[in-house]
Amino acid sequence: MNWTAIGLTFKLATLTALILVVVGLPIAYWLSFSQRRWKFLVESVVALPLVLPPTVLGFYILVAIGPHSPLGRFYTSLVGHPLPFTFEGLLFASILYSLPFAVQPFAAAFDQVDRRLIEASWTLGVCRVKTFFKLIIPLSLAGVVTGFVLSFAHTLGEFGVVLMVGGNIEGVTRTVSIDIYDEVQALNYAGAAKTALFLLVISYAVLLTVYAINRRVWEGRRGLLPL
Amino acid sequence: MGSELIVDITKSFPGQLTIDVVFKMALEPPSVLILFGPSGSGKTTILRSVAGLEWPERGVIRYGAETWLDSARGTRLPPQRRCLGYMFQDYALFPNYSVAGNVAFGMEARTGDERHQRVREVLGMLQLEGFQDQKPGQLSGGQQQRVALARAIARRPRLLLLDEPLSALDVPTRTQLRGELRNLLRQLAVPSIVVTHDWEEALALGDTMVVIHDGRVLQSGAPQEVFNHPRDAEVAKIVGIETVMPGRIMDSSEGLVTVEVAGTKLQALAGEESGPDVFVCIRAEDVVLEPVGMRATSARNKLNGLVRDIISMGALVRVEIDCGFLLAAVVTRSALEDLHLAAGSPVMAVVKAGAVHLIPRRDGAHHTKRP
Repeated sequence: MNWTAIGLTFKLATLTALILVVVGLPIAYWLSFSQRRWKFLVESVVALPLVLPPTVLGFYILVAIGPHSPLGRFYTSLVGHPLPFTFEGLLFASILYSLPFAVQPFAAAFDQVDRRLIEASWTLGVCRVKTFFKLIIPLSLAGVVTGFVLSFAHTLGEFGVVLMVGGNIEGVTRTVSIDIYDEVQALNYAGAAKTALFLLVISYAVLLTVYAINRRVWEGRRGLLPL
Repeated sequence: MGSELIVDITKSFPGQLTIDVVFKMALEPPSVLILFGPSGSGKTTILRSVAGLEWPERGVIRYGAETWLDSARGTRLPPQRRCLGYMFQDYALFPNYSVAGNVAFGMEARTGDERHQRVREVLGMLQLEGFQDQKPGQLSGGQQQRVALARAIARRPRLLLLDEPLSALDVPTRTQLRGELRNLLRQLAVPSIVVTHDWEEALALGDTMVVIHDGRVLQSGAPQEVFNHPRDAEVAKIVGIETVMPGRIMDSSEGLVTVEVAGTKLQALAGEESGPDVFVCIRAEDVVLEPVGMRATSARNKLNGLVRDIISMGALVRVEIDCGFLLAAVVTRSALEDLHLAAGSPVMAVVKAGAVHLIPRRDGAHHTKRP
């Protein structure tokens, strides 16, 4: 098994999931609580990666961060080298690609929070930010954990976007799924099978954990609120 | 300029009712204002606007010298900075916090010791000692109501807003907690606005009362005044009680209470009276009119009087009888003709003891504080 690829994949997935918590929570908060009419525009943009072929998404990201785009030039002037085919470029693409897997569970959990509770907090003099951390996050914890783990698991298995934006550079951008593809191309089915099984077991274990945690949280709530 | 709360707001809901109200309340000495009206009349929206949870498109809300809302100048003070206590109809207790956690929720500015002490003090005030570690879901409705109240008063708000504080409770609990709430409001001495559609609550808790219907103020004044002298048939229909008189309990035995109203003795069923001073309330539809000198009836109260006034209300007629105090009765037009009643004619008003409602009166002689 290619442990370098496995290590790289886990590093990528962990960073992606962590950054998505930081980036996704404010987006989800806005989506859930904003009264704006054009909210659906943002909602559908966030959901795009769910339906777009990864190659299409990857292509646009590649163009957007490439040396000919303003964003790409800005990054190059800042760091000294272009973003595509680096780990950072891959991370950026992963974040966009897994955005709905984090934002949608977050927003769904926020939608479930009784607005009266939030108003009650405000009338008690607690500002919006503190209300978010003291009340909304604890009440949405199951959704936050789900979003974190789903975006982690989703990043573990990404292929098309990685290939487009990251390429296939050993130790930099070669992830597990690319490694499996390479093994199959080289007719090394035994190697591919081992890695594939490893990814399957890990993904299943991760999902098992999520559902177990979610169940326990819900049961706990049910126990507390008999209504 | 006197210290008062001024509310003058307009808020419309497209396709639904438009709220357009003006009312004032004195802040010094602190009093209790009742927003009274049927459900859907807009009273909760008015209360939410005062709290800053709802933004009227036009209007002014002033608390003393402070401006909370002034649409013309674009002033909008967020709820956090109004320093008020708001109690939601369904309590809105935080399910993930204990009773103590709920009560302490907004008190971060204080030191740990101060906070701890205040939480204990407030829980004691509301007889919630021993419940501090329970979660709201483990409490009964009455206990949840107390926790919600404790949380609303814990920060010593300058204004207390209670939205239908007792409506989610069953009747026996409601009667009991109404008495407790009355004593608590008096003890706290915080200006309060209470939203209710229950005339007993209005009478028991309120110093002044504003009758709201379809988003407008129909009448305001002392509750007793409004009940006895509704401005028009619309108000009369909404308030639901026609005769309200101060009375004093003279005697009580075998579940029956003798109460004196303006020199006349009435019998009523014993209820939740906490002192001798009560309001005696009689619905006009519970008063039966008979010719003077009729046979014995099972009803305990037979009052001889003179017809003072006859007011037409469509198919029904409201007859006001002077029997030491002014008693209102509602009868059909044909009954009026059968009895040959006109202004000045003698009549006997018959009222069952069970139809005489007694509500504890707050402006009576020195009230004994409950322990």
